[in-house]
Amino acid sequence: MKKIKIGASLAVGAVLAAGLTACGGDSESGTSGSAAKADAANTAVVNASDKKGGNLRYAMSSDWDSPDPGDTYYAFSWNFARNYARALTTFKNAPGNDNLEVVPDLAESLGTPSDGGKTWTYKIRKGVKFDDGTEVTSKDVKYAVERSNFTSELQLGPKYFKQYLVDNPGGYKGPYKDKSEEGLKSIETPDDHTIVFHLNTPFSEFDYLGTMPQTAPVPRAKDTGVNYKKEIVSSGPYKVDSYVPGKEMKLSRNQHWDASTDPLRKALPDTISVALNQNQDDIDNRLMSGALDVDLAGAGLATAAQPKALGNAAQKNHTDVATSNSLTYMTISTKVAPFDNPACRKAVQYAVDKVSVQTGLGGPLAGGEIATTVLPPSVTGYEKFDLYPSANNAGDPAKAKEQLAECGQPNGFTTTLTARADRPKEMAAAQAIQQGLAKAGIKVEIKSYPSGDYFTKYAGAPSFVKSNKVGLSMMKWGADWPSGFGFLQQIVDSRSIKPAGNTNLSETDIKAVDDLFDASTQENDTAKRNAMYGQVDKAVMESGDIVPLTYSNQLLYRPDTISNVFVSAAYSGMYDYLNLGVK
Amino acid sequence: MFAFIVRRLFGAVAMLMIVSMVTFGIFFLLPKLAGQTTDQLAASYAGKAPTQEAITDIKERLGLDDPIAVQYGRFVKGIVAGQDFSNGPSVMHCDAPCLGYSFRNSEPVLPTLLDRAPVTLSLAAGAAVIWLVVGVGIGIISALRRGSLFDRLAMMTALAGVSLPIYFTGLVSLAVFAYGLKLWPNGVAYTSFLDNPVDWAYNLILPWVTLAFLYAALYARLTRAGMLETLNEDYIRTARAKGLPERTVITKHALRASLTPILTVFGLDLGLLLGGAVLTEKTFGFAGLGALSIDSIESGDLPMVMGVVLLATVFIVLASLIVDILYAVVDPRVRLN
Repeated sequence: MKKIKIGASLAVGAVLAAGLTACGGDSESGTSGSAAKADAANTAVVNASDKKGGNLRYAMSSDWDSPDPGDTYYAFSWNFARNYARALTTFKNAPGNDNLEVVPDLAESLGTPSDGGKTWTYKIRKGVKFDDGTEVTSKDVKYAVERSNFTSELQLGPKYFKQYLVDNPGGYKGPYKDKSEEGLKSIETPDDHTIVFHLNTPFSEFDYLGTMPQTAPVPRAKDTGVNYKKEIVSSGPYKVDSYVPGKEMKLSRNQHWDASTDPLRKALPDTISVALNQNQDDIDNRLMSGALDVDLAGAGLATAAQPKALGNAAQKNHTDVATSNSLTYMTISTKVAPFDNPACRKAVQYAVDKVSVQTGLGGPLAGGEIATTVLPPSVTGYEKFDLYPSANNAGDPAKAKEQLAECGQPNGFTTTLTARADRPKEMAAAQAIQQGLAKAGIKVEIKSYPSGDYFTKYAGAPSFVKSNKVGLSMMKWGADWPSGFGFLQQIVDSRSIKPAGNTNLSETDIKAVDDLFDASTQENDTAKRNAMYGQVDKAVMESGDIVPLTYSNQLLYRPDTISNVFVSAAYSGMYDYLNLGVK
Repeated sequence: MFAFIVRRLFGAVAMLMIVSMVTFGIFFLLPKLAGQTTDQLAASYAGKAPTQEAITDIKERLGLDDPIAVQYGRFVKGIVAGQDFSNGPSVMHCDAPCLGYSFRNSEPVLPTLLDRAPVTLSLAAGAAVIWLVVGVGIGIISALRRGSLFDRLAMMTALAGVSLPIYFTGLVSLAVFAYGLKLWPNGVAYTSFLDNPVDWAYNLILPWVTLAFLYAALYARLTRAGMLETLNEDYIRTARAKGLPERTVITKHALRASLTPILTVFGLDLGLLLGGAVLTEKTFGFAGLGALSIDSIESGDLPMVMGVVLLATVFIVLASLIVDILYAVVDPRVRLN
């Protein structure tokens, strides 16, 4: 209760403070940055510049999970880590959807697949040095993958390499327990500049895994396990001078970084500072007054600051409504009656009033754009379509009733909708759905559960879903990498259904979909792969298993103090942190 | 006096043990009573959608399934004899008195507390000086000029100071003075006194004034009320009847008697603040003990919470002890034995 009161009062204080700042806020200065209009950074580089020097000031209202490149899962962290960690590949430094293209970074070129896509070979650039002056070798990359995926100490990051790489006989226990030189046998380093990955299944998107900071080299001799986050050895243009958890991080130039080995980075600021655990309302005020350059979290202005940013023409020009690569949606359980009948699922598709849901989620800004597809627009493979249209997206009870009649439930039925109790916006959206479905005669009982258990015990446990007749479940999903496979596979491939921790909540089991995924993992032509993801999206929507609600977005603010600003589609719609400079 | 101090210090140790047990109990038992499992706790130390294998690994490494007595025993043993913690490739020793190890931050608790304490100390000490001088001063003048325009204005301001929360006055002062008038164009950020005393003071002025505004208001009202009550006492009338100068009557007789309750409150206030000026630190983004305590509670970092609570207890116990000793100095009627 106290927390709520403090939060409410903070918001009131912040609104007033924001208003007061407006009196002394910055004004148009006639520079190229000020000339940029609202949303300019969505499609173009704002304040393009090669000017070097200065200190780039980041702040964040929380802390990292860990800045250790091998032990982190946040998109902002992966985006920012590129200042001190060079992964095998990364995303193209370009605005718009060009940003989704994977390009080589530490590697000389993208991976070379062989053995039908089960073996991937990379050549490491020569002359890349750690901040201690030693040269980066393929063994450092192998070690980085081993420590990040196979040790019990580093648990914060994803484990895709563990999932896809061939394991040692008996199971590899990671380099902290297995001290052998050979380590994981499925990663070979035939020479200092070649690394070969042997997979247990063909995987055409392996280059995407290469973008994860887990492939950034770590020298075995300098690895201090869970303490490495405070003693990171840099392979990028900046070295980490200090990281004090909960307090700050400071970076300065890595004197051993050689621009000739790095065609992607400009390395403009002399230093970078990050203030942690700052007051979010103060962060927003500082951004708008030019006292801060970037909100590291990249989640956009908080509610209190949004009216000020949008209510003033000069300030509004500094904003970008950016789409993140996540989707808020509702799943319909295909294994729970009467939703085992597709027509009953389609009745729900027509009945949902998406405008009310959007309002419940916080409106177009905080809640996002109304969605009609499973794939968000910023993920490769997205195609725009709407199989269940209704006037103004407000739902069509008449069509819903037609579908109900077709599925043998002309008088409607009662079902259960699960949501996460500690997510008030999700609860509000669930209530909006409840009201929308009631108009079509479908009575919904909302049951809420703690988010910590949501996937392990409730909505993500198929046995619970069936025994409790859970027909509908609220869900939000973001891709670990911005491709159709990265987004869709875990939520609609029948083989991703798990007894607990399941994320295919609808238990979608469509052979054509599974076949498309299989085909895509062996298809090296990107355009053809993307077309397959579009087909998967359509197949799932035709089946009616998922009700897309909103594509999430955020209101970003770019002060006039920084250069080379554009929205990164690859990193969930925050600004791209690779080449930001001080103007 | 010596026996009194020793007795109080023994009492403090007993208090610390009780506080540590209660804190430990709250953190372990309450979540369990609310239905939280060690699996969920372990999952908070893992990334998105962790596997059961990962959760088991974490539980084993952190000893989450050990009985509460075993875990508390481990904590006490660490204080007396130190403790070893694995960081993966090697084992790290936390020297006694080891207040535990934060698995969130991957560092022992005590060095973190010592790193954060100067921030809170700087904040509390500077603000205390301001609110004592301003608050007590205004209180005295208001009492002496009861009913005057100054008195009314001062009490109205004091009422505002008491009523407005720090997260409001803090944000407004930042908006006006830092970002509006550009007196602190880059905002405020704590700088160590040892690194740059001028920057230290420059960055602390706003937090000091914001924090002192609240307390000065309280102390002004407290002093005024105390002074007014004392000034009506018979011995004040006697002192005046004896022909003592008004200044002597006020400073040596009236003020001294009024100081005792102010001293009591001041000791407790300062002790509490040293344990963490939570709202001020969070509002201004200062990494002090208060911010550490809130962040640790939010992230479920029990060892760090234990450390902050114990340190705050030490401050409060010490502050009470000093206040008790000062009683004897301020009021000759008080004898510590």
